[in-house]
Amino acid sequence: MKLAMRSWCLVAAVLLGAGTAWAATTPVKVALLLRVDDPRLERNRVERAYLGHPGGPASDALQMAFKDAAFELDAAGLALALDVLPVADPASARAAAQRADQSGAVALVTDLDAAATLAVADAVQRPVLNVGAADDRLREGDCRARLWHMLPSERMRSDALAQALVARRWTQLLLLVGPSETDALRSATALASIKRYGLKLVASKPFKLSADPRERDLANPLLLTGNASYDAVWVVDSDGEFARGLPYRTALPRPVVGDAGLVALAWHAQFERYGAPQVSRRFAKATGRAMTAQDWAAWIAGKALVAAAIAAKGKPAAAFEQALAGGAVDGSKGTAMGFRPWDGQLRQPLLLSDGVGVVGSAPADGVLHPKNTLDTLGADAPEKLCKARS
Amino acid sequence: MTRAAIVTTCLLLAPWAVLAQGTAWVSSEKDHAITLVDLKAQAVVAVLPTCKRPRHMQLAPDGKRLYVACGESNVADVIDVATRKSVGRVPLGDDPEAFDFSTDGKQIYVSSEDEGELLMLDAASGKKLHAVTIGKEPEGVKTSPDGKRVYVTSEVASLVHVIDTASAKLLKNIAVGKRPRRFAITPDGSQLWVTNELGASVSIISTQDHRVIDTVKLELKGARAEDITPVGITMGRDGKRAYVAMGRANHVAFIDVASRKLTHTVLVGKRAWHVALNQAETQLVVTNGLSDDITLVDVAGAKAVKSVAVGRVPYMAVIIE
Repeated sequence: MKLAMRSWCLVAAVLLGAGTAWAATTPVKVALLLRVDDPRLERNRVERAYLGHPGGPASDALQMAFKDAAFELDAAGLALALDVLPVADPASARAAAQRADQSGAVALVTDLDAAATLAVADAVQRPVLNVGAADDRLREGDCRARLWHMLPSERMRSDALAQALVARRWTQLLLLVGPSETDALRSATALASIKRYGLKLVASKPFKLSADPRERDLANPLLLTGNASYDAVWVVDSDGEFARGLPYRTALPRPVVGDAGLVALAWHAQFERYGAPQVSRRFAKATGRAMTAQDWAAWIAGKALVAAAIAAKGKPAAAFEQALAGGAVDGSKGTAMGFRPWDGQLRQPLLLSDGVGVVGSAPADGVLHPKNTLDTLGADAPEKLCKARS
Repeated sequence: MTRAAIVTTCLLLAPWAVLAQGTAWVSSEKDHAITLVDLKAQAVVAVLPTCKRPRHMQLAPDGKRLYVACGESNVADVIDVATRKSVGRVPLGDDPEAFDFSTDGKQIYVSSEDEGELLMLDAASGKKLHAVTIGKEPEGVKTSPDGKRVYVTSEVASLVHVIDTASAKLLKNIAVGKRPRRFAITPDGSQLWVTNELGASVSIISTQDHRVIDTVKLELKGARAEDITPVGITMGRDGKRAYVAMGRANHVAFIDVASRKLTHTVLVGKRAWHVALNQAETQLVVTNGLSDDITLVDVAGAKAVKSVAVGRVPYMAVIIE
């Protein structure tokens, strides 16, 4: 999809009664950096609507968050201006971030891959809110002091699934892993979760999308899932096509989890509790599509920015960052959510979905933690994986 | 609890149990019905079908008609409580959540969740008289005892809006805790109490100058702040005690109004959501959103007496005696 080179959008509601004048409202600037011609948003991919994949540009939900807050912003005499900057690669991301910084943006939101996200984080001394990269390395070895993550990490998602499997006592797992580099990384994360929650790996097998009879051992679901005994098949497929065709095609009548079947997500439009339907309904009304996990991440980034802007109104720039780091946001998931100081990750409950509805949520009932049960999902403080923040 | 234990409990509580009378009308979101629980027999006596997704209910000031707001049907079903028959439907705007009447009963003030508005409607016809723009996802609505103000919470903005009823003008926005939900007003009208669902607290607002004068933290042994999600609140007629449903903490809290101290907590059902007090103020009816039941709580003994299964996803109870 094509995006306008640069589009400024001013979000400030009508003034209610006397009070601050329009002219006196200097907008708080926020920049959103996203991919030029985002391959994840090509028509064919969006139409497949693979679970865990984005459904549209991050600007949609970010705009909605600002619109949702029009009343509060107005009451505070504030306005937020969003500058959307499409970038092609880490180098252009760095340049765009510097431009945004110079033009006075108080924060940058990124819907980029890990390399470009890091390029942005290293280019500016401003808070960077990551809404599009779930990579564990951004929260671990490659973490940054000013990088905040709205989207749950891969590890949070695999921990959520592992908890669900433990809760159901589906402990014997067959792991199927796709051919991409991302699949290799994500399967290592899945294995770590399997170990963390005491599940048993029966076997791990690579798969490949192919109709070539010579490769049928790699491509045929029946052959891949035969000759083994397991309670569930965990499929790691960042592309999505193979996983989509796996449920009901396994040799044994067992559930599929991971990237098809049961999937751990930050959000699903069918979530029914905690005021979630209103949020999904507003989003669908505004955009004509269902709200995905990535949309939720962008929306919560917008909410965090609004809250910080209101809290830091009239104070020096550092106050904005402090308010952002220490604030708690309400993401209609039933609990106030704050950032983990050790890696900048927004702690949050995850939803388990089969794509049709929401089957459950994580943390699972009965999972305990000495401080905050939400910290049973993802890297915990004692692991000290992020040196930049210790 | 074993059967024997239940019998013993009932015997012990007999002096209070005798006082319990009347009927709890319980709305349930998922089966479009109101379940009637006889408080003496502690059993369901009738199920009345109503409009779609019934939630907030309130008796009209005449005490004879119950208005039931339906989020899906966008109307209030008006039920004659004597005959238990629907006598009419009044449009309430898009996705109505909570409402209150003007003191003369001629107007309904209703929060319109999707629009982020407080609608002021003619109670008889549902005709829209005024719409006041407020923060998104407005929720609790309460008319001041003198009828001059109406208070509304916005869950998203974490504000309490003060609206002048005569002019339909927004007077003030008061920042309270996260996700404010429901109100109670002290009998002298001087303090407005509001529950903060994601703040695990109750904010106390002076109605004189519309400032938060205190915040009562809700605490429960063994529960973390994030598991205490208060929603429903009510106060005794003498204004000495407030009762708060603690949500996911599955308890109801008794708070001494003068000292603003939490004095008792009582274990009830899952996601305790709403509290209602009978006229004698001897019994609390607690609506449990996630266990599809209500819990009858003996106030003097601060003890749960019995839980009665009602419809799916119960929202609140109105006690009619």
